[in-house]
Amino acid sequence: MNLLQAIGRVFLAFLGAAGRLIMFAMTAVTHCFLPPYYPRIMIRQMIEIGYFSLPVVGLTAIFAGMVLALQSYTGFARFSAEGAIANVVVLSVTRELAPVLGGLMIAGRVGASMAAEIGTMRVTEQIDALTTLSTNAIKYLVVPRIIAGVIMLPILIFVADIIGVFGGFLVAVYKLGFNPSIYLQNTWDFLEPLDIISGLVKASVFGFLVALMGCYHGYYSKGGAQGVGAATTNSVVSASILILCFNYILTEAFFGL
Amino acid sequence: MEPKIQLRGVTKGFGPKKVLTGVDLDIARGESVVIIGGSGTGKSVLLKCILGLLRPDAGSIKIDGQEVTGLSTSERDQVNRQVGMLFQGGALFDSLPVWENVAFGLLSRKQCGRDEAREIAVKKMALVGLKPHLADAWPADLSIGMQKRVGLARAIATNPEIIFFDEPTTGLDPIMADMINELIVHVNQEVGATALSISHDMESARKIGDRVAMLYQGKIVWAGDPDSAEAAANPVVDQFIHGRVDGPIKMQVRA
Repeated sequence: MNLLQAIGRVFLAFLGAAGRLIMFAMTAVTHCFLPPYYPRIMIRQMIEIGYFSLPVVGLTAIFAGMVLALQSYTGFARFSAEGAIANVVVLSVTRELAPVLGGLMIAGRVGASMAAEIGTMRVTEQIDALTTLSTNAIKYLVVPRIIAGVIMLPILIFVADIIGVFGGFLVAVYKLGFNPSIYLQNTWDFLEPLDIISGLVKASVFGFLVALMGCYHGYYSKGGAQGVGAATTNSVVSASILILCFNYILTEAFFGL
Repeated sequence: MEPKIQLRGVTKGFGPKKVLTGVDLDIARGESVVIIGGSGTGKSVLLKCILGLLRPDAGSIKIDGQEVTGLSTSERDQVNRQVGMLFQGGALFDSLPVWENVAFGLLSRKQCGRDEAREIAVKKMALVGLKPHLADAWPADLSIGMQKRVGLARAIATNPEIIFFDEPTTGLDPIMADMINELIVHVNQEVGATALSISHDMESARKIGDRVAMLYQGKIVWAGDPDSAEAAANPVVDQFIHGRVDGPIKMQVRA
């Protein structure tokens, strides 16, 4: 009996949390389309997500591209299919690696800082203060971050696409001895607009998820430093899992049968 | 005359725990009332109910005769336009410089442009004894006493008709506490606002309050002139203002 009770309790708690998250997401999205807006804060968040994340995402992309070229060479050389390496690198990077790895890095970098910042504002009563100053906390804190995430992540991932392909190019040309112009030609020939577009749509969704989870966990954090710490961890973990989950769903939607 | 704030039978509980069990209180226009009571008696909860940050379970809260429980967010914003609040920890926005903190209400309500808002902010800062050069400082760089002053300046920046003070002197040394008390009295006279404070500091309550109300077991058990509190025939008040361990108030010590 106790086991059933425990399972039931966990299940109900899960449903409660899921419902609260969906309500929060719906409120936040509704407010994205209703003025007033806070352009200053939005621009600050865009710089934070787009510009300051560039080194992290760029490094992730270049190493991903490099290792991909190296690994596919060891595999493809066995049946003399070295020509397909450019193809493999560019498709993997634009469709999967840049958006997913980039999204995960952003979840760690940006989502965590959102949760910590908003969580601290919650426990130091700054969110209450916003309300008493006739400012809607969702509009002031959540909307700018979500819009910045949705807009900036595709741009960031587009840059990561280029850097990732360049990483593969470096390894192919300087380590594996490919002809640079033939490699680039192969890269270009196999690339279709949908490969890039699907990656950028994914990036936009991931940007939404990271910002949403960061804001949600921060907004509902309680109980001082420990609560803010838990909010930060939860935001990164939940955003990462949602990114991987939605990545499959979106891939299925774009390329599934 | 119609009271500025009227509470009738306000109750609020969290789960099985009943914090407020029926608070009745009238606050007249221009009056300064201090609610006193021990830690954990629900003073902050009461304040948050009046401010609309918490929704009471039952009862009525009227501001200017308008029922404010159950208002929508936008209607609540309208009510909050005439309200200023000094939070216990200051609750300053640490991502904004001091002047923007003070002018936040003006800017968010689009009452004036940024240049004008800054001018008003500097004026309000002067009112609480902050020098103009601090306008561009960051809240985190200020001492706690200074932060309280900034919070006070922010609370009065929009010339509110009602100002709430949450434990204005807690955590300050006696001299700083007295300065904040004087500032509150001064500011109340200057702005002519109705003030509601919560405090567990009797000294402070005497100084800033026209009237003191004692919150005990979720109800207002006594209200009256701060000087008459000494002579009040209420054992709860008597115990509280003299700070005795023995009496009707039993501190709940959790095992």
